[in-house]
Amino acid sequence: MARNVSTGRKLITTVVAWTIGILIFFPILWTFLTSFKTEAQAIASPPVFLFFDWTTENYSEVQSRSDYLKHFMNSVVVSFGSTLLGLLIAIPSAWAMAFSPTKRTKDVLMWMLSTKMMPPVGVLVPMYLIFRNWGLLDTRTGLVIVLTLINLPIIIWMLYTYFKEIPGEILEAARMDGASLSKEIIYVLTPMAIPGIASTLLLNIILAWNEAFWTLNLSAAKAAPLTAFIASYSSPEGLFYAKLSAASTMAIAPILILGWFSQKQLVRGLTFGAVK
Amino acid sequence: MATLHTRSAARLMIAPSVLLLLAWMIVPLAMTIYFSLLRYNLLMPGMEEFAGLTNYTYFLTDPAFFQAIFNTLAIVLGVLFITVVGGIGLALLLDQPMFGQGIVRILVIAPFLIMPTVAALVWKNMFMNPVNGLFAWLAKLLGLQPFDFLANAPLLSIILIVAWQWLPFATLILLTALQSLDEEQKEAAQMDGAGAVSRFIYLVLPHLSRAITVVILIQTIFLLSVFAEILVTTNGGPGTQSTNLTFLVYAQALLQFDVGGASAGGIIAVILANIVAFFLMRMIGKTLEA
Repeated sequence: MARNVSTGRKLITTVVAWTIGILIFFPILWTFLTSFKTEAQAIASPPVFLFFDWTTENYSEVQSRSDYLKHFMNSVVVSFGSTLLGLLIAIPSAWAMAFSPTKRTKDVLMWMLSTKMMPPVGVLVPMYLIFRNWGLLDTRTGLVIVLTLINLPIIIWMLYTYFKEIPGEILEAARMDGASLSKEIIYVLTPMAIPGIASTLLLNIILAWNEAFWTLNLSAAKAAPLTAFIASYSSPEGLFYAKLSAASTMAIAPILILGWFSQKQLVRGLTFGAVK
Repeated sequence: MATLHTRSAARLMIAPSVLLLLAWMIVPLAMTIYFSLLRYNLLMPGMEEFAGLTNYTYFLTDPAFFQAIFNTLAIVLGVLFITVVGGIGLALLLDQPMFGQGIVRILVIAPFLIMPTVAALVWKNMFMNPVNGLFAWLAKLLGLQPFDFLANAPLLSIILIVAWQWLPFATLILLTALQSLDEEQKEAAQMDGAGAVSRFIYLVLPHLSRAITVVILIQTIFLLSVFAEILVTTNGGPGTQSTNLTFLVYAQALLQFDVGGASAGGIIAVILANIVAFFLMRMIGKTLEA
């Protein structure tokens, strides 16, 4: 039943909520606007909001000065690579745990989750030394490996909670109709599992894209994804606000869009299914 | 029905992830424990020797360590306070009927999707900078002296930046929980004459308690390891005023090349995180049974 609320109250709520929403979003909006200003306009006092000469010069400048595209591609390769590799390892596990659980399944799941609780600094030193000795420092391969490992528990958990929701009766019905195991998997289970796999993929690309402990510590000029690339603006180039803004806008835009499409999965994935 | 055949197939399917995670958990951690007992500096290769617990006593008596523990806790508690209180408020607001609810939701969620280095640099330069930042301009507008946030209140500034990133997370989870509250229950309470405040205290808050616990525990895990925000804003300074445990270990390892000392610090961080994790696991374990 819909609540009966007077239009007046609804209007007040709308104004308050929009004001707060815009305030929270403002730093991002401001970054976006500043990216189209000249450096002089970017630090103008009083600040200019909309009425300035819009220019896309900063974007081409960032590309030509620091090869932005290379770092963008590093981010793409590392986040997609680690997510796909993670899915490849996780799908069979989550599948087995959801469809033929044993009495130890719960313990295994909890243990997997517990690996996520380990603070990264606890293993920073050995990982750094292993990477150095194996020539993995500042390589995309190395970053893909680490990010796969740190996100694997989340991937398994998310998939598990999704697979769990596929009703077992459907399988039985298919079996009664004489479907073989391979047919069962291809025609019955896979179509039902795809939405869950897609959500897991989305959330993990977001997490991997924004991961900023391992990417900062294990990469330098060559394999640096956008997190590390942007960190190089901390000084003194950070004083070039318009260029910083252009680089930032390009770094966050793809994920912002992906994230807006996956709000619901965000909650579920990040709370390990505890809040749906 | 699981037959013997499918059960061994299931084991085979689980094996790769179990083995990988087992290796990931045991090998580096065992190495850290081992290193933590050595006098081992990367600048002096070949000079490694057994040092017992010297690294631990050195680390635990270092004044920077206490500052780091204090800062770690301040960041965790400060951010938790802001995000939980703010999150409850925002979730209650967003649960009300309004025009364009979906768009407001999107605006509020956005900071959570921003990579930490971008968030920290945007706040540092474009807002908190005492010369060109927007806050400085606002202060001048009000006739006040611009405040150099990162020099004079580095820890507070970092807490604010991190809180901005995590407020959406708390809001989103609390809002999801709020929306599962039975509408009829609320109406019944209203019919019985319960005012807005008592409805909040006796009906909404108990309903949210579980989600609030989840928010606190999950955020704590991540907040104990805040790193990028410190690296690009204050670099732990001035002095060690904004160094947390994660940053202290990083500085010890990759700036001073003290493998032994950094490993001891890492183990201390692991122990701290385990205390938190213990409670989190119990919470999530319960939901598995439900």
